[in-house]
Amino acid sequence: MAYKIIEGCVNCWACLPLCPSEAIRDALPHFTIDARACTECEGDFADPQCASICPIEGVILDSLGVPLNPPGSLTGIPPDRWAEIRTQIQAR
Amino acid sequence: MELKVIAEAAGAPGGGCASSGCGAGGDKLAHLPEAIRAKINNHPCFSEDAHHHYARMHVAVAPACNIQCHYCNRKYDCSNESRPGVVSEVLTPDQAVKKVIAVAAAIPQMTVLGIAGPGDPLANPQRTLETFRQLSEKAPDIKLCVSTNGLALPELVDEICKHNIEHVTITINCVDPDVGAKIYPWIFWNNRRVTGRKAAEILIAQQQKGLEMLVARGVLVKVNSVLIPGVNAEHLKEVSRVVKAKGAFLHNVMPLIAEPEHGTFFGLMGQRGPTNDELSALQDACAGDMAMMRHCRQCRADAVGMLGEDRGDEFTLDKIAEQEVDYAAAMARRAEVHAAIEASRTAQRRQSSETFVSIASLTRRRPARPEPRPVLMAVASTGGGVINQHFGHAREFLVYEASANDVRFVGHRKVDLYCSGDETCGDGESVLAKTIRVLDGCEVVLCSRIGYEPWGQLEAAGIAPNGEHAMEPIEDAIAVVYREMGEAGLLEPAAGATQRMSA
Ligand code: SF4
Ligand code: SF4
Ligand code: SF4
Repeated sequence: MAYKIIEGCVNCWACLPLCPSEAIRDALPHFTIDARACTECEGDFADPQCASICPIEGVILDSLGVPLNPPGSLTGIPPDRWAEIRTQIQAR
Repeated sequence: MELKVIAEAAGAPGGGCASSGCGAGGDKLAHLPEAIRAKINNHPCFSEDAHHHYARMHVAVAPACNIQCHYCNRKYDCSNESRPGVVSEVLTPDQAVKKVIAVAAAIPQMTVLGIAGPGDPLANPQRTLETFRQLSEKAPDIKLCVSTNGLALPELVDEICKHNIEHVTITINCVDPDVGAKIYPWIFWNNRRVTGRKAAEILIAQQQKGLEMLVARGVLVKVNSVLIPGVNAEHLKEVSRVVKAKGAFLHNVMPLIAEPEHGTFFGLMGQRGPTNDELSALQDACAGDMAMMRHCRQCRADAVGMLGEDRGDEFTLDKIAEQEVDYAAAMARRAEVHAAIEASRTAQRRQSSETFVSIASLTRRRPARPEPRPVLMAVASTGGGVINQHFGHAREFLVYEASANDVRFVGHRKVDLYCSGDETCGDGESVLAKTIRVLDGCEVVLCSRIGYEPWGQLEAAGIAPNGEHAMEPIEDAIAVVYREMGEAGLLEPAAGATQRMSA
């Protein structure tokens, strides 16, 4: 039972001070979660704190590898719109 | 964080100093108590005149945020309290203090240090407050200020007052949760993420409470609002009324910046930004008896130097690493430089009032004529309140309106930042074509020098280039040019239609 931060994290520091288990490290190139320390906030908070403040979609995964904040959930930008813009930009 | 001032004091629309060119930001706030005017006299962000003379800097110590705004993409930066674009380095409080000391020693015009993100400074209270604590000790002559979205403000008001912060800027885009729901997708509140209308309701309540608490403690509060066409454009008049009633001393309405490449919700969804005209119209509508700030530059969260310039590159961590700064000597030097600036401001003020008497008499001498029409003029200046920049070097222009009674600063226009929102806003456009489009509506551009080619193109576009007033005080030169236009018969009301470019 532990969460994971993956590539895409912008090192914004929002999650680190909130973690009740001091499981988050300000590592480079992006922050990481110490799997041994992470409790998924069980017993401390109803919602996992890191995933509740992280502004970037898809960068925090649960133990099954599923994003806690899937694409579109935070920004309201539909994933297909993202895909379309990305294609446009890459075609430049 | 943008930041900065002023229009008409109560009961004197278009009048008083705003117009007389006395040049004192403080005097434009004549309705405010002396103590407040003294506080902003040399604050480049709050006093429109001071920004010609004094410098400010931001330190990026606060990367975290506790809300999401649809015009912000934290992969890059905060587009509201700072200009979009990457903050080159997020600093620790110790690094920030070192940088401030180095900059304040190298740029003695510096009067203000602000913390404005890239996230929300009060969502990073330890980092922000530690920076302020050290600075109030080491550089007691530097004014401190902070910008915030307001969510965490009420609980931190006491801490803020303890660190002797004189100015706080709160970004308030709405007072109606239904409007807020279109701007803020979520907030982090009581250890959970809250979305939708409920989120906006909490945020608005916190902002209003924070505003009231700060005012009650005598802290100067400026309110920033981002003008989002079709979302809060009309509503901002109400926001202006409410915040003014609660004691905010300045309202700064800034244009939404939403380009798809910034990756923001608004940018990607095609939300347009306001045109220059929409922005000025709203600023005028909000002005009323409230001071409006029009020289905001939407600076980066790590900007350094005079407004409109950014000398951040000179002060990167590795460049300041070996510097030893003598604090006491630097402070003494700042005091000297500031005294010299104040002396020259006083002198300029005196000169200007003479000039302005003569404009007024111009109209009096010709009572039979209809009042001459007002004219917009653009100025290239790097600061000091004088015309001192080459046309081709200007990245922004200060825009003034000259009329029968006065010369009034109405705002600035950036060459490389603002999109005026029309179809021609494409990549292929040359810098000159873009500049000309940015100057739409201006009939004269004053600069220290100008090249042959731009000269011709400006004329073709109906804008008269003028390099005859290099190094002269801006408002005096505008008054002279306006009078000359009158003498040449260019100010008949009907002439306007042919002089201007098609809007
Ligand atoms: S889930 Fe909770 S315990 Fe685990 S890293 Fe996130 S904040 Fe820390
Ligand atoms: S909140 Fe998200 S983006 Fe920010 S540091 Fe934590 S994981 Fe990275
Ligand atoms: S408050 Fe500032 S940093 Fe936070 S989301 Fe809004 S604009 Fe971005």
